[in-house]
Amino acid sequence: MILTRKRAKEIFNKVLKYSTADETEAHISSTTHSLTRFANNCIHQNVAEEGTSLSVRAVANQRTARATTNKLDEDSIRQVCEAALALARLAPPNPDLLTMPGPQMYRAVDRFSSETAELTPQARAETVQQAVQRAEADGLTAAGVYSSGVYFTALFNSRGLEAHHEESASEFSITMLLEGSSGWAKKTSTSCLDLEPEVLADRAARKALESREPKDVAPGKYCVILEPAAVLDLLGFLFFDFGGLAVLESRSCLTGRLGEKLFGENVSVRDDVFHPLQAGAPFDGEGVPRQRVGLVEKGTVKNLVYARATARKVGKEPTGHGFQLPNEYGEAPMNIVMDGGRSSLEEMIRSTPRGLLVTRLWYIREVDPYQKILTGMTRDGTFWIEDGEVRHGVRNLRFNQSVIEMLKQVEMMGPPQRTAGEESFEMVVPAMKVEGFNFSSVTKY
Amino acid sequence: MKQSGKRALDTAAARGATYADVRIMDIRQRYLATKNGETAQVRESQSHGLGVRVVADGAWGFASTDDLSGGGIDATAARAVEIAKASALVKKQDVELAPGNKIVDRWEASCRIDPFGVPVSSCLELMLKVDAELRRVQGVTLAEVGMDFNRIDQLFLSTLGSEIRQIKTQSGAGFVATSFARNEIQRRSYPNSFGGQYQTRGYELIEEMDLLGHAPQIAEQAVALHACDQCPAGEMDIILGGSQVGLQIHESIGHPIELDRVLGTEANFAGMSFLTLDKLGILQYGSEIVNVVADATPAHGPGLGTFAYDDEGVPAQCVTIIKDGKFVGYLTSRETAAAIGQSRSGASMRAEGWNRIPLIRMTNVSLLPGKGSLEELIADTDDGIYMETNRSWSIDDRRYNFQFGTEIGWEIKHGKKTRMLKNPSYGGITTEFWNSCDAICGPEEWVLWGTPNCGKGQPMQTMGTGHGASPARFHRIQVGVAYSK
Repeated sequence: MILTRKRAKEIFNKVLKYSTADETEAHISSTTHSLTRFANNCIHQNVAEEGTSLSVRAVANQRTARATTNKLDEDSIRQVCEAALALARLAPPNPDLLTMPGPQMYRAVDRFSSETAELTPQARAETVQQAVQRAEADGLTAAGVYSSGVYFTALFNSRGLEAHHEESASEFSITMLLEGSSGWAKKTSTSCLDLEPEVLADRAARKALESREPKDVAPGKYCVILEPAAVLDLLGFLFFDFGGLAVLESRSCLTGRLGEKLFGENVSVRDDVFHPLQAGAPFDGEGVPRQRVGLVEKGTVKNLVYARATARKVGKEPTGHGFQLPNEYGEAPMNIVMDGGRSSLEEMIRSTPRGLLVTRLWYIREVDPYQKILTGMTRDGTFWIEDGEVRHGVRNLRFNQSVIEMLKQVEMMGPPQRTAGEESFEMVVPAMKVEGFNFSSVTKY
Repeated sequence: MKQSGKRALDTAAARGATYADVRIMDIRQRYLATKNGETAQVRESQSHGLGVRVVADGAWGFASTDDLSGGGIDATAARAVEIAKASALVKKQDVELAPGNKIVDRWEASCRIDPFGVPVSSCLELMLKVDAELRRVQGVTLAEVGMDFNRIDQLFLSTLGSEIRQIKTQSGAGFVATSFARNEIQRRSYPNSFGGQYQTRGYELIEEMDLLGHAPQIAEQAVALHACDQCPAGEMDIILGGSQVGLQIHESIGHPIELDRVLGTEANFAGMSFLTLDKLGILQYGSEIVNVVADATPAHGPGLGTFAYDDEGVPAQCVTIIKDGKFVGYLTSRETAAAIGQSRSGASMRAEGWNRIPLIRMTNVSLLPGKGSLEELIADTDDGIYMETNRSWSIDDRRYNFQFGTEIGWEIKHGKKTRMLKNPSYGGITTEFWNSCDAICGPEEWVLWGTPNCGKGQPMQTMGTGHGASPARFHRIQVGVAYSK
């Protein structure tokens, strides 16, 4: 059962009753989540969870610590308050610790869908059944997930700050398999009504069929057309470097590069929690309202994001991107929106004499943190393009590519869309055509 | 706990479950971190809840809750059955399980020094001393130290009549020195990267690491990497340090032997495996000196994959995976063992917490030791590169094409470690790589490494796995691939 605002406030009042800290903050959250998982054309896992959490941060003499419990009886609330304070008292003083923020104003976002909250296991199974029927029509094997859930969070502190957010979430993801080839499609949304499972199933099926009997392509530099999921999973490794603390601590690839034209003229990126295709709460881990921040404008790194403590250190205003305190990381933009272009995927293909079309990437890891070289594999639908047409599927390739260099060589882009992958959080990003993408080896399987 | 569990089983049975098991868990965690002379993280949490897994109408259902009132338990068990009945709408056959036995037992992992009894102030004091040692070296721009403790108290009950209580304490710690200079970020970690070393033990593990004693050398190496030569590219012999061999085992043996992957149930996310059923007992996975076991028994050591019973209530076992280089065994569950005609599960099913369903997970997948010390192995190598401590890892969705990078390397010439090398990397194909293994160091170099962050499943579950390994040499490997232009 999801907590209500009223119940959350009652819990916080008990926290205030038991806390003897100089300052007290409470994150109270509640979730219900269900996920139907299928493979080999049948449902093989089907789960549901519900849970609550009370996380108390205490401040005592310039020291802070956090204790969390999922028991909400009177005794447990008292104990978690005592635990947070006892831990704080054992920590050395932190000179950078700021007093908690007072009451804030938040712009409302509506990200709750009752259809999603009420989706039943039976309804999910019926949708899966249709996807399996689509697979079987072409002799394919389907695997995937259909999930739905609701998340509620409330943040209070003893200086009067009070913030709430409730959001629904849903996901449909499907892989279609043939001997030697596969296709994949995925969508997430705050509303299950947006997911279009039948469209995704058909797209994944067509990719598997069109990439059957894949051929080898020699490693080398190729023009690639990256579908949005591939773009997303590469960019996901870049944006934690836009945290102010990451730059301050010289662990970011942007260290010494602020204000530099690091990417191509056609690359502009912002963080925008209010974008209609975005999700998430309009406040950060301390309750600071999230601001829109222009990160990259026409290829130039313009701004970073700042939690309160980082902002104080560098003389900036906080942007509302801090994580729950205490933490080691500071902040990061989590609502990335990249400007796109007007080219369709078909136009990108037609304009390509020789190249590769990539559906998604897999197991991406950072090879070099300053050059931002990433490695990973293509997966579930990689195609050879010749003379403006998709010719055939190819065996999966390994890439070693600097994402900074990649963003200097973007030739065409599609319209940005809400995109989900498996390596990064969701973003609003376009498909893109990139020159000179470096593939270093081919798998033999 | 027991009454709550029995109530869940009774409700599930009354609603139509033909099999049910329940796990009631109490999980306590403490995490401490320091950074550049300041406390970065002091956090403790407790989580308590119940998960019910059922078979009804021949299909699976699972539901979990942290509401352990009678009403909460009844509703959760009923939900699990309702979900199973929905699953039955899209099934090909009824769930079949390899036989299981009724077991009533209690097991507690050895823990000499309770980490939750060690004052937080003492831990932070040690961490800040390590931090100061790291930053004493000019050129270190970021010093990070972490400690992590977990206690998992679990009661498993099933409709077979099993009642199994298990209590495990896990500890971990490590530090990283980062140096930024001349448009380059270099890092060195101890005793391993990505959090350090983890085992199913108490604070005695932390004491044995001698974090403070290793800080100066690690910090100096982080800074020295800027000035040293780039690792050359080409085909050459490599010696991998023990922790890197541990991760190589994890990615290129541990994951492909998971039978659920082989049978396709992870196809949408984690992927499948090149180890199709026709390869069992036939494939020459590695050279004849390669022997690998998946051993969850306490006799193997206090790894993150050590337990007495898995989360289906099956006793821990030592399963031979590779015998004299030949592939002979998978990691299995009751359901997957039955699917390939085996008479019992290999006991590999584990769940991250009370709110997650058990999946096949690596236990302690270990490379058995060979002979000799690392020093002797280097002395036996005429021309090659020694690589230590993982920096990046990536492998395809069939676990065949891989690439790893390490934090540091040294050239070996005529049996001696010579110049330091930065940005080492190597890549290859799983079976070709293990067949090129021509030397494995002995028991004196063998360490049961802990990987605390293995991700699998949907919803994602993070699990700790163990990997016993000693340094090993591999012949004619492609080196320097990560920086190929």
